[in-house]
Order: sequence, then structure tokens, then C-alpha cells
Amino acid sequence: MSWWLVILLAFGAYGSKVLGVVVLGERQLSPVLQRCLVLIPAALLGALIAKDTFTTVQDFSIDARLAGLIVAIGATWKKVPLVLVIALGVGSTALVRALA
Amino acid sequence: MTLRRTIPADVRPIISSALVISVAVGVFAVSFGVVSVASGASVMQTCALSLFVFTGASQFSAVSVIAAGGSVASALGGALLLAARNGVYGLSLAPTLRGSLGKQLLAAHFVIDETTALASAHEDMRLRRWAFWACGISLYTFWNIGTLIGALIGNSIDPKTFGLDAAFPVVFTAMIVPHLRTRNGRRAALFGAVAAVALAPFLPVGLPILIATFGILFGVSPDQSETEPT
Repeated sequence: MSWWLVILLAFGAYGSKVLGVVVLGERQLSPVLQRCLVLIPAALLGALIAKDTFTTVQDFSIDARLAGLIVAIGATWKKVPLVLVIALGVGSTALVRALA
Repeated sequence: MTLRRTIPADVRPIISSALVISVAVGVFAVSFGVVSVASGASVMQTCALSLFVFTGASQFSAVSVIAAGGSVASALGGALLLAARNGVYGLSLAPTLRGSLGKQLLAAHFVIDETTALASAHEDMRLRRWAFWACGISLYTFWNIGTLIGALIGNSIDPKTFGLDAAFPVVFTAMIVPHLRTRNGRRAALFGAVAAVALAPFLPVGLPILIATFGILFGVSPDQSETEPT
């Protein structure tokens, strides 16, 4: 991995934190902008989940990762603690892969 | 114990919940360390990400795009967009974090999901400040220790054998839940998921993730479901 990614991401991530706390401070954003900004994590995490489960580089693929995702959704649904969700999801992928 | 006596009684439960969250996040950081090293980052780079970026979703996202063979630009784009929400948190925390510029600049580094959630749980300004700083300092400590442990473990195992490639979707699944409470959140997530898979064969790795961000435009129309009790 390139050090550029680490450095630029560090500056960018800190920059958006400072922008909120220090630069914009107690100013109000327009309601439309606020409604859109709060949706960033939903849109991006949705995309990342789909990409990391169903694609390998650029190809569509279904493999043992799907088992991990299904178990993780079930565990999250049952309000299992985060650490256990990860262990169950990763463990079931490993299990399916070992059996296949 | 002198520490017990110097900490006001109403602050103690705040500190214990900050510590409980931090321990859980520390274990989570171990998984970040493992998958980051497995995706081609060095131990030093992995630790630098946790020390200086310090926002989990962006760190996982950057590493996940790199693992899939994406360019620096596309890995950076998605991670920065995810980091942008901390700016929105900063806006809502600004009244809590009033003070000298130096103190504000330090506080800014700790503005993330967990500190915002814990601070916002209190009405009283004094308790909000306690919650923010207690959570920020303990989380930062555990996040970085966990990352180092994970990075060292990741150097010595084959991640696929342990199913660690599934750690990405699994972690993101746990993270997305609070964002699915509103109808617009669910629409944006579905749009993102479909865009990411449908565009993958036609565009460079990482670009579909950026295009998925257009899902935020669902926010242009007001969301009736936001007024529902959660």
C-alpha cells in the first residue's frame, strides 16, 4: 500500500473533523444539505457490503463470504455484541470454505 | 482510592460505559489490524492509519478497496466521503467543545461515531464534556493498542483460511444498522449496494463505490419516517 494513501487520508479525515468543530462551528447547514449528508454512511456502507460479498476484483462471484454475511445479518438482528458478530461471521466463512 | 473520590458520582457511570465501549472497540481494532496487513499494508502503515486517521469505517473502506486492487485515488475517495460524516458530528458537538483553539483542535481528532453518540446521550453540558473526553481518550488508546496487536498477528497467518476476507462485509453490516432506521437511509443503502455490484464489471475498482454516493440524493425530499419513534 502507498504511503500517499495513509498521509492524504490522515489529512483529509482530520480536515473534515476540524471543518465541523472549528471552522463551521455553531453555524447551521441548510436542512436539505443536512438530510443528504447524514445518508453518506448508508449509501457507502451499503455499497461496500455488496462489493465485499459479491465481487472479486471486477467479477461477480458468490463464495463462502456470503455465508459470513448471512450469519452476520442474523447476529446483528438478534442484537449480538459487535465482537461476537465479527467472530461468528468470519468463523462461518472459514467453516464453509474448509468444508467445500 | 483517591481517583474514586476525585471523580464526581454522576460522572462515574459515564466513565465505565466509555471503558466498556473502548474494550469492545479494541477487539474490533484487532480485526482491522489483521485485515489491513493482509491487504498489503505494512505494520507501520496500519498503525499510522489508526493513529492519524482514527475513524474506523474510513480505515476499513480504504483497506478494502486496496485489497480488491483499486487505485489510491478511489480508495481515498470512498474513505474521505465516509470521513465527511465526522464533520457533521463536529457541527452538532461544537457547543459542547467550546474552548481555546488548541483544545478544539485536539478535540476534533476525537470526533467520531462513538464519542458523538455518548456525548449526545446527555442534556447537561458538563456531563456531555465528560462523556466526550472520557470516551475519546479511552477509545483512542484501545483502538491503537488493538490495531498494533492485530497487525502483528496478521503478519503470521493466512487470512483466507480464517475467513478474514469476510471481515469486511461483516464489519460493515454491523456498522450500517443505525443508518437503516429511516426510510431514506434504507433507500440510500439499497441504491449503493445495487450500484456497487452492477457497475463493478464496467468501471475501475473503487469507482462504483464513489458513484454509490449519489444515493444521498434521496435526502433531497423530506423523510416522513424520521418523525417516527425509533
